[in-house]
Amino acid sequence: MCLGIPGQIVELLPGDEQLARVEVAGVRRTINVGLLEDERIQVGDWVLIHVGFAMSKIDEEEAAMALSSLRMMGQGYDDELEALLASRVEARERLEG
Amino acid sequence: MKYVDEYRDPAAARVLVRRINELAGDDSFKFMEVCGGHTHTIYRHGIEHVLPPGVELVHGPGCPVCVIPMGRVDDAIALAETPGVIFTSFGDMMRVPGGHGNLLEAKARGADVRFVYSPLDALRLAVERPDRQVVFFAVGFETTAPSTAVTLLKARTDNVANFSVFSNHVTIVPPIKAILESPDLRLDGFLGPGHVSTVIGNHPYRFVPKQYGKPLVTAGFEPLDILQAIMMLLSQIRDGRCEVENQYGRVVRDEGNPRALAMLAEVFELRPHFEWRGLGFISQSGLKLRAEFAPWDAERRFAVPGVRVADPKACQCGEVLKGVIRPWECKVFGTACTPETPIGTCMVSSEGACAAYYNFGRLHREAAVTFGRASA
Repeated sequence: MCLGIPGQIVELLPGDEQLARVEVAGVRRTINVGLLEDERIQVGDWVLIHVGFAMSKIDEEEAAMALSSLRMMGQGYDDELEALLASRVEARERLEG
Repeated sequence: MKYVDEYRDPAAARVLVRRINELAGDDSFKFMEVCGGHTHTIYRHGIEHVLPPGVELVHGPGCPVCVIPMGRVDDAIALAETPGVIFTSFGDMMRVPGGHGNLLEAKARGADVRFVYSPLDALRLAVERPDRQVVFFAVGFETTAPSTAVTLLKARTDNVANFSVFSNHVTIVPPIKAILESPDLRLDGFLGPGHVSTVIGNHPYRFVPKQYGKPLVTAGFEPLDILQAIMMLLSQIRDGRCEVENQYGRVVRDEGNPRALAMLAEVFELRPHFEWRGLGFISQSGLKLRAEFAPWDAERRFAVPGVRVADPKACQCGEVLKGVIRPWECKVFGTACTPETPIGTCMVSSEGACAAYYNFGRLHREAAVTFGRASA
């Protein structure tokens, strides 16, 4: 759970829930970006994701390094990624729709 | 130089190793890496074997799964077995043994235990299942605690009444203090945790040099980060300096994340004391929900047994967590205690010192014997 997985913001979702779509390992997922509100996160930014939350803004080089280290972890990374992709954090509108 | 070739930038690694050798000379130094993520990198890349023989790394208590005492796991199982409850947990916690088995076994007995990736997944489950009580097993240091705080704030805003949190969140500074107070161990400095520090910043560590005269360098998770942080610690010692330095400045800011800290303060308060596996009770080290969040506090909503359970006699996780012994020095390491059938928590999580060493360390140690210490 302590692994930070790098993802790139592809869409900021409207509404008051502070959610964004990120691309992680080629798959798009919804995460919460409220903890980085002061960072003025924009589409294209890279973030480190912990348990469904963007915890820090990073640059592209840092994201590439983190990703390559995670891949070397093997099973631990696979489990974390699988868990992230199974996560069902969604915006309220999407939930109801 | 066998191991250095595996690093991302072998030339940079060689320069750092050479400098570490020059700085260390023939003297002995013992540094603790506080964070389990660092332990993992150190074993994964065989960092111990590129360091001079006098520079020793000992593993600290910064693995959230490893420090949960058995009694709290039993409390979690009791909550999971409460009729009407859906008990949700991070996958890492499922195999952590309590006094009466683990959560997976409780699930096999019929308890509704579900694995979630995020506390927000647990909250969503509560929204979908208004007929059930959904309890989230919250563990982790300041890296994960803000996520739980945001989820609780959302539960309150959305008025989700059938959701609650069993908080086992802990803070990193008190165990560092406890280790500094421990007579068992003589340390020369610390590698400060990377991700926790993105939240709390570097200022909370200032007591380490100020009160205890030990340097601390907050470090990243790449092998080069670890080597550079070790070099920075040695440089401080050789220059006669003693301070908090930040090697991981590309991610960690000195002031941390003020928004995350504000949310933590809004939702949580410190418990008078909290039990840590192997370290015993440490005052002001655990987080509980504030009175304003009582409706979402599993410990107030349900009857939690709260029985203290002593660690199994054979298990030496406590000594491993304090860095007093190395993983392979534990009596049951790799025999009775393996990642498949862990007795102690350090063997459960991939960040636990024992699991990391079990997976990668033996290989490196054998290779080191074969190739000699590849230090220069």
